[in-house]
Amino acid sequence: MTDPVLPSQPASAYDLAHETEVESLATFALLVDNEAGVLHRVVGLFAARGYNIESLTVAETDRKSHTSRITVVTRGAPHVLEQIEAQLEKVVSVRRVHDVTRDPNGVERELALIKVRGAGADRVEALRVAEIFRARVIDTTSTSFVFEITGAPGKIDSFVELMRPLGLVELSRTGVLSIERGAEGM
Amino acid sequence: MTAQQTANPAAPAEAAALPEHLTGAEMVVRALVDQGVEVMFGYPGGAVLPIYDALFQDNEAHGPRLRHILVRHEQGAAHAAEGYARSTGKPGVVLVTSGPGATNAITGIVDALMDSIPMIVLTGQVPTHLIGTDAFQEADTVGITRACTKHNYLVKDVRDLPRILHEAFHIATSGRPGPVLIDIPKDVQFSRGDYQGPDEVVFGHGYAPRTKGDPARIAEAARLIAGARRPIFYTGGGVINAGPNASALLREFAAMTGAPVTSTLMGLGAFPAADPAWLGMVGMHGTFEANNAMHDCDVMVCVGARFDDRVTGRLDAFSPGSKKIHIDIDASSINKNVRVDIGIVGDAASVLEDLIAAWKAEGCRANRQALDEWWRQIDGWRAVQCLRYARGGETIKPQLAIERLYALTRDRDTYITTEVGQHQMWAAQFYRFQEPNRWMTSGGLGTMGYGLPAALGVQLAHPESLVVDIAGEASIQMCIQEMSTAVQYGLPVKIFILNNEWMGMVRQWQELLHGQRYSHSYSESLPDFVKLAEAYGAKGLRCSDPAELDEKIREMIDHPGPVIFDCRVEKSENCLPMIPSGKAHNEMILPEELENLGSVIDDAGRKLV
Repeated sequence: MTDPVLPSQPASAYDLAHETEVESLATFALLVDNEAGVLHRVVGLFAARGYNIESLTVAETDRKSHTSRITVVTRGAPHVLEQIEAQLEKVVSVRRVHDVTRDPNGVERELALIKVRGAGADRVEALRVAEIFRARVIDTTSTSFVFEITGAPGKIDSFVELMRPLGLVELSRTGVLSIERGAEGM
Repeated sequence: MTAQQTANPAAPAEAAALPEHLTGAEMVVRALVDQGVEVMFGYPGGAVLPIYDALFQDNEAHGPRLRHILVRHEQGAAHAAEGYARSTGKPGVVLVTSGPGATNAITGIVDALMDSIPMIVLTGQVPTHLIGTDAFQEADTVGITRACTKHNYLVKDVRDLPRILHEAFHIATSGRPGPVLIDIPKDVQFSRGDYQGPDEVVFGHGYAPRTKGDPARIAEAARLIAGARRPIFYTGGGVINAGPNASALLREFAAMTGAPVTSTLMGLGAFPAADPAWLGMVGMHGTFEANNAMHDCDVMVCVGARFDDRVTGRLDAFSPGSKKIHIDIDASSINKNVRVDIGIVGDAASVLEDLIAAWKAEGCRANRQALDEWWRQIDGWRAVQCLRYARGGETIKPQLAIERLYALTRDRDTYITTEVGQHQMWAAQFYRFQEPNRWMTSGGLGTMGYGLPAALGVQLAHPESLVVDIAGEASIQMCIQEMSTAVQYGLPVKIFILNNEWMGMVRQWQELLHGQRYSHSYSESLPDFVKLAEAYGAKGLRCSDPAELDEKIREMIDHPGPVIFDCRVEKSENCLPMIPSGKAHNEMILPEELENLGSVIDDAGRKLV
């Protein structure tokens, strides 16, 4: 009466996470009521259900209608991402949920501030790379630069990797922001 | 000119149109009255005194139009509100103070969230200027309850209070019902503002649950069901929550399709146990026929259930050959645990109505020949008689106790609540529910201590009915203090304790899975329940002889006040049949296979709950 059990197969709801679906990144844009505790509702949902948060940005976007926009980047298998979206939509304070990653018109941008310390050839090279990436110098001393760069997260990753051997000291990133191409609003 | 100066008997409409200037506390009472609340459950304390004062004055002015039931512990208030809600379909209302008042209520709030019970919880809070200073009886109530409410509010301005109060009722009772908490600082209760009625407030949220199912999917579902050779209905608490009409529609549609019906623990009563199409409960302690039919069906119609782990057993072996239709008001329940073929988001009653219409419109006809074959197979499983037990000994078998309780109460207007454990499963197996809203139990959270306060809530809603809490001797001690509430308000609830001197379900798992090492599961130093009942001013009864059982149960029923019935049952009885942890529906353990159950459950299964 006992079937052979493959160790990779889930034996109960508790083992769902062991499924071998491929995980991917997903960016969700949320319009939420701008009220005390709304960020906690969203973050708490992720924590309570064991979802990852790779990055998170939040700010008020419309004072008159009391709305804020939260952009959250998460990682999960397709059925987990579907579940995250459904769970977010269930939160009373959440007005809209938009899956930016699966929307062909979705645009994702991030801003980073990067401090690089160096002298001589490295310093020249840092400035040259910054020009290629269209990063702006917003502070300079005789031994350092602070660069400001915006772009898709991947572009910032590449810039950071190039800066690392040139004396990268400190890095500050906003996390991903998103919007849709075209004339329509969310 | 002020309103008073202009008001005269000739222009009453004009005067009535002006908003009433009330204190926050008065607004709370007024909003409850306007929302049609008749009974609330609570416990006073420093931070809710203004509301209690307003309640007192409202009672003086208008008589007891809003009844407050004083419980003995805030957990009792929350469970009583659940019992009230579950048996009426109306929201349960709880009023407690800040700090410990709120934290004590939390178990009941989580219970309501898990079982989708509409509930309004009003908590007092320290004055706004003291919030964050670790003031006396301060707790971050909205912070603590954010994860265990459908929604919650901290009211910082009395001008927001009318909207929040009415919005809370709307949110708690619509969509997938659940608890909504409103935390009201004491200064807000004292300050004055303009009151607005339920129809005057403008809701501040974009909350708009979908209740109507997608017609295309409903038509597709109707065709799928019509083409089924081995269909089954798997129904849950959502059918109960959707109102009595949903149960009526379920019965109608099930009859049209000729399919068998099973249900989760929460859904018992939506479909009558007396109907030949009823297979009994599904899941871990469900019947052999229900679980095997779930495993072997080719089309499963899930209505208002959520593929909980107690129901599915081993997920990868859950009903492997079936197409699945899932009707649920909560979109996040669909495809959460089990992938389905047709997901329909909507209210159970609305979707069932549309399904019946689609069935007729599509000219669907059940495949009678295939159904006959299916029923023959089901009859084969039924012949196993999975609920049989050894009868005729000198001790009372717990199953017999429930069977006799059912036999002696079936012709009465009876409501049943339970605690959690073996007695709960035996009640679900042996008490045969014919109607919805008659069965109140803690399903999702599994809260010991639920049954007695829930019974009080039920009794208040149905004063003339017979309300029985089927309990265990361990569970009943978790909220036993509510006996005092029962006596104070003359609530004649009957507490029927299946006393086996063990935390029975814990003992059963220790016997089967932990080498009979009974770690801390023996109910040591039990009180004398008869004397305990008498100490509270209630009646106590005891029975240990099967021959006296009927007579004693009759005595319990006939007593006009609350009764504690200490029914001494067989101590080592196990609750069967059972799907062992980590096993599939078609791997149920039947009573005679018990000997080797320990060896049937593998190491992986042992680690599951």
